[in-house]
Amino acid sequence: MTRQRVSLRQELPLLVWLVIVWGALWQDFSPGNLLFGALIAVVVARLLYLPPVELGGRFNVLRAIPFALGFLAKVVAASFQVLFLAVVRGPRVISAVVAVPLRSRSDLLVTATGHVISLIPGSVVVEVDRSTSTLYIHGINVRDADDADKLRKEVRETEAGLIRIMGTKAELSALNQEVGA
Amino acid sequence: MNPDQMSVDAVIDAVSAVFMVVGALMSLGAAIGLLRFPDLMSRMHAATKPQVLGLFLLLCAVGLQLRTWWVWPVLVVAWIFQLLTVPVSAHMVGRAGYRTKHLHPELLSADELEAVVQQAAGEHGFTDDK
Repeated sequence: MTRQRVSLRQELPLLVWLVIVWGALWQDFSPGNLLFGALIAVVVARLLYLPPVELGGRFNVLRAIPFALGFLAKVVAASFQVLFLAVVRGPRVISAVVAVPLRSRSDLLVTATGHVISLIPGSVVVEVDRSTSTLYIHGINVRDADDADKLRKEVRETEAGLIRIMGTKAELSALNQEVGA
Repeated sequence: MNPDQMSVDAVIDAVSAVFMVVGALMSLGAAIGLLRFPDLMSRMHAATKPQVLGLFLLLCAVGLQLRTWWVWPVLVVAWIFQLLTVPVSAHMVGRAGYRTKHLHPELLSADELEAVVQQAAGEHGFTDDK
């Protein structure tokens, strides 16, 4: 069995994350503990091999911070919306399953978009079509075609935000052209 | 203890009290949603959203009350794992629910997945999903 070698650069985000989790769980960020954590992270990553996540090769921190804050605000809004719907509408709530074609074909971006929209107002991913990058989303309180369009637009905007943070250069330029057009 | 420190303590206590009450309210909202929503997929909304915020607020309250910086990484990691796992479980349950037809078509204003599923079933000669 031949395995594709994973370069250290590709593996680095995973290793850093494992070391952070290690330090957090021990509640000890002293150099010795982190070094031992790094050793364990390397052993774990070597023994329990997973296919590497293909990163876009760029990460824009300046875009990421407003996105994270906006995300937090949307989580708050989503929670109050669900609370409101549960109390007021209850069993009479009308929903819809909407297909949203995404721009990106990268697994990472489709997954990230799916995660974010599962946590922001009114949407849960029901089905993913990986070959066409289409998300099928169950939207709560989607009563007509207008609401469905709004949901679609929201998902596409979320994806645009994620592309700006960590999409590949090709995706980014395609997005810029689309916005400029 | 000087009065300044007293008031800072009082503010921290007040903020964490608000966080705890709102966090508990969010978990209550999730429970109400689970009871009152009509079908499985709308229940998944109730199961995912309010309790993520509820956990966030309760973890913040814990962090504020313990007043040691080294507890924050644990809390952040706990919340990040919640963020990573909740959508996955909601997706898996929702997907299984859709495929086994645990839904009320009369409560859906549109269903753009149904045609795709029908077509795929027709192509492969299946009457139900593999």
